[in-house]
Amino acid sequence: MADSANGLSDPFSLGGETFGSRLLLGTAGYPNRGTMLAALAESQTEMVTLAVRRVALKSEGESLPSLLSGRYRLLPNTAGCFTVRDAVLTAQLAREALETPWIKLELIGDRETLYPDIVQLVSAAEQLVREGFIVLPYCTDDPVSCQRLADVGCAAVMPLAAMIGSGRGILNPSALAHLCERSPVPVIVDAGIGTASHATLAMELGASAVLANTAVARADHPIRMAAALRDGVRAGRAARLAGRIPERDFADPSSPEIGMIGS
Amino acid sequence: MSDVEVDTQSLAVFINGTAARLAEPRIAAALVQCGVPLTAKHVAVAVNDTVVPRAMWPSTTLLDGDRIEIITAVAGG
Repeated sequence: MADSANGLSDPFSLGGETFGSRLLLGTAGYPNRGTMLAALAESQTEMVTLAVRRVALKSEGESLPSLLSGRYRLLPNTAGCFTVRDAVLTAQLAREALETPWIKLELIGDRETLYPDIVQLVSAAEQLVREGFIVLPYCTDDPVSCQRLADVGCAAVMPLAAMIGSGRGILNPSALAHLCERSPVPVIVDAGIGTASHATLAMELGASAVLANTAVARADHPIRMAAALRDGVRAGRAARLAGRIPERDFADPSSPEIGMIGS
Repeated sequence: MSDVEVDTQSLAVFINGTAARLAEPRIAAALVQCGVPLTAKHVAVAVNDTVVPRAMWPSTTLLDGDRIEIITAVAGG
């Protein structure tokens, strides 16, 4: 199928690179590794996230980064970090282990909501940018926080649509639309995506890309959901580029009003 | 006491948060304790919160009380 309204003719520039897909996927929580690999392939994603953890004695055969590194750009995260020190060290270890300066910077401020700690996030982002990292911070959807993150050199901002793993979709669409209008860097909607229509709405509102994990991994049929998110992102992006009609308070007939019989 | 003498010849460190003893003050020895081959890809090491690049593993001498982190990348979101 020709990528007329998306794909190569509508490349996504991020961190000095160009991507054909505007869907990023996580790699956690799938029923098994085979399903994960099939879902990633079906989604046509080009960038997948990984976590950084202490080595475990038990081996699962071939390491996950070995399986993925030839096919996808790897985006390690700092998930679970609560301090600047831990997040920065995790990013530095990820760069060493995966030989990539890309980092999805998570700095969590609250265990229950997994909301980002913006004060620490900006501080860690600033330090990592200075060290040459391409920093993609998981953040809130308010324009002030996002501006601060852009100011210190983040390559994008990754506002949550809803709480991580909640699957509740875009809870504040007007804030997201406003943010997409103003943000000097690409907006990648991260967290809270539950199904294809959520991804579509994110793209319609002006997001540059969407990141999902649980929505696919925990779906009844992860491979089907991967295809649905792929298509949902494309549909939303195509609609955004097409320029939707304005909303109206009253009816506006689409058929001609003149030439009616009996008139 | 001979037990103490044996202990003084080994190194007391922390590997991934757990107290451990190393016969040699080398990162290779710490990797072995974790079951990680020296040639394993996608592994990184930090000592006392500082990353030690792979090229510097052979020349790094560990000290008593060092906190060694050995990590890899796993499934994540």
